[in-house]
Amino acid sequence: MKSIAVLAVATAVLAACSGGGAQSADGKTVVNVSLDPGLEQGAIDAFNARVAQFESANPSIDLVPREYKWDATTFTTQLAGGTLPDVFTVPFTDGRGLIERKQIADISGQVAGLPYAGKFNKEIAKAGSADDGKMWAVPIAAHGQALHYNRTLFTQAGLDPDKPPTSWEEIRSAAKQISEKTGQAGFAMMTSGNTGGWIATTLAYAFGGRTEKLEGDTAKSTVDSPEMVKALQAVKAMRWDDNSMGANFLYEWGTINQDFAAGRIGMYVSGGGNYGSLKAQNAMKPEDYGVAALPLTGGANAGVLGGGTLAAVSAKAEEPVKAAAVKWIDFYYLEKLTNKDAAVADAKTTADSGQAVGSPELPVFDKAAFDERMTWIAQYVNVPVKQMTPYTDKMFGQPLVPEPTRSTQQVYALLDPVVQSVLTDRGADIGSLLNGVRTQAQALLDKK
Amino acid sequence: MRGGGPATVVFLLPMLVVFGLFSWAPIVQSVVMSFQETNLVTAPTFAGLENFRTVLADPLLWTAVRNTLWFAVLALLLGYPIPLVAAVLMSEVRRFKGLYSTLAYLPVVIPPVVAVLLWKFFYDASPSGVFNTLLGAVGIGPVPWLQDASTAMVSLVIEATWAAAGGTVIIYLAALTSVPPEQYEAAEIDGASVWGKVWHVTIPRLRGVLLITFILQIVGTAQVFLEPFLFTGGGPANSTTTVLLLIYNYAFANSLGGDYGSATALSLMLAVVLGVLSAIYFRLTRSWSAS
Repeated sequence: MKSIAVLAVATAVLAACSGGGAQSADGKTVVNVSLDPGLEQGAIDAFNARVAQFESANPSIDLVPREYKWDATTFTTQLAGGTLPDVFTVPFTDGRGLIERKQIADISGQVAGLPYAGKFNKEIAKAGSADDGKMWAVPIAAHGQALHYNRTLFTQAGLDPDKPPTSWEEIRSAAKQISEKTGQAGFAMMTSGNTGGWIATTLAYAFGGRTEKLEGDTAKSTVDSPEMVKALQAVKAMRWDDNSMGANFLYEWGTINQDFAAGRIGMYVSGGGNYGSLKAQNAMKPEDYGVAALPLTGGANAGVLGGGTLAAVSAKAEEPVKAAAVKWIDFYYLEKLTNKDAAVADAKTTADSGQAVGSPELPVFDKAAFDERMTWIAQYVNVPVKQMTPYTDKMFGQPLVPEPTRSTQQVYALLDPVVQSVLTDRGADIGSLLNGVRTQAQALLDKK
Repeated sequence: MRGGGPATVVFLLPMLVVFGLFSWAPIVQSVVMSFQETNLVTAPTFAGLENFRTVLADPLLWTAVRNTLWFAVLALLLGYPIPLVAAVLMSEVRRFKGLYSTLAYLPVVIPPVVAVLLWKFFYDASPSGVFNTLLGAVGIGPVPWLQDASTAMVSLVIEATWAAAGGTVIIYLAALTSVPPEQYEAAEIDGASVWGKVWHVTIPRLRGVLLITFILQIVGTAQVFLEPFLFTGGGPANSTTTVLLLIYNYAFANSLGGDYGSATALSLMLAVVLGVLSAIYFRLTRSWSAS
């Protein structure tokens, strides 16, 4: 009998784990929702509080939090294996591809019913919409890249933390000074798991370049543009002429955050709203943190690489689950952007649990709605706002350029080894490395 | 009952089901998949030999093959003799035998992922890294370890050898107990040195086991994945991208539904190559091991 009971429990667990949701024994619609892994207890409490609020407002829905964070390498496995939560998030770059391949559920009907459906920023809405304009995935956050820096290391190096670098020359000299005075990496860069390509593209944009050129239906790879070469040469100079980039050249998103929060990195480039993660996952000390606008050079074409997050629903979800999932997306991700009570409730819960409220972000709707929301939550903002002004004062004025649209992650993956070569091989020939990548990238673009 | 019967089938059934479900079915399925184009969400389409062509045309394949061979050579140079020497030395000592074999086996007990994370910490390439501090004391370094294409693979092999040697040592130790003590005594009477005893008595006696561990090592190193995946992700600049890591990247590195066709096609090719290699090896060495 015991083994039968074990088998029954195992079956139940397997059933609960499989995507697509189901009806629970008491007739409730079960929806698996995403919770960032590795959170501090306060952040988990804040999330659970929101779940409880949702469930009491929707007694027919049973939410089951599941740990999930988009990651280029694990996402495919989960997508293919059908083990994604019913509601999950993906970066803007993946939206169109997932929709074209019908790998996420069509929730456009439910989304169209939301009161603010027509108010999304048009450029941002595109990331989650099919060619016919139907919104299959909902933009929930948008950001531009920024320069994060450690104020304590700046001070130790004799630099003024209130005056972060505003040009690439200043970044270089600050990096050198930090590295010489403190022994830590002055400037560090992500290089692995497609993040090397992501940051290289960010730098190319900042220098006025692009990595693809769309002509009607065809796309031409321009990863070897003179601007990309210039950007990588700037990195190479910091690494080999100044030796100011430390000793780790295999960073990805998680590990670079870790070392930055631990005070081992002076400056690095990442998403402008990164403070929330640094606080929730790496216990970043607020007094150490500073963020500045990415210096743009190279004339009118220079821009800040933008990105963002979409909320999507598993392709396996049935109608009731889809409806409940969109309700959750509305409640958890969007209502706080559009409704005063929800914004205040969310900010209060998050702040009460000791997590960051008020990290820099770009508007998903229009600037007016964004500003209004900031006034609603003003009293709960607990991030070091003043230390973020070098970025927040400039972020709306900088031209935001979307990520490349075709084979984005694959081209990023091709660029990873180039960035790694630049950082680990003194003799790396940037031009010929990029030339090789362009041939391969073009082959990918031609496939589409 | 010796001839079988319904009871035998009943006893065999659980094993058949488990193997069928978790081993054989996936193998058959991956063979099928290597001829398909599929993202595992929408219906697959037949692709003929296209996946095999894609893989063979990928410039990274030859980098990966070269890296895997390099890993295999380094692992043979380091990983093959060390356990044998350790086992012979340990069998010679009279006291604390148990202690030595426990110490040798200890790394095998540590979960591989934990071991890699620990070594990643040791391999910190800054002058204040653990190994670099130790080496710095005798005037060497700092060594870039994982952070340079020329030293990354060697670093992986050192850790892999440390992690796996214990298991092989135990196998050799067990085999060494089967050597009749009279043969050593006879060799001693004939005036053989320790090295003479090892060469003329131990090695010939261990021949069968040595052949097996050799082919196991080849098969194991051809499938190296954990170390490059966790230590370097294949970097710097693809210098540690192995065949298995490439298979993984085909399938999973592209977040928009991986290329499972190419991944299974390369897996199939690797399996065939290893199968053929093993067959040739056993054929060539059959006479030797039987003698």
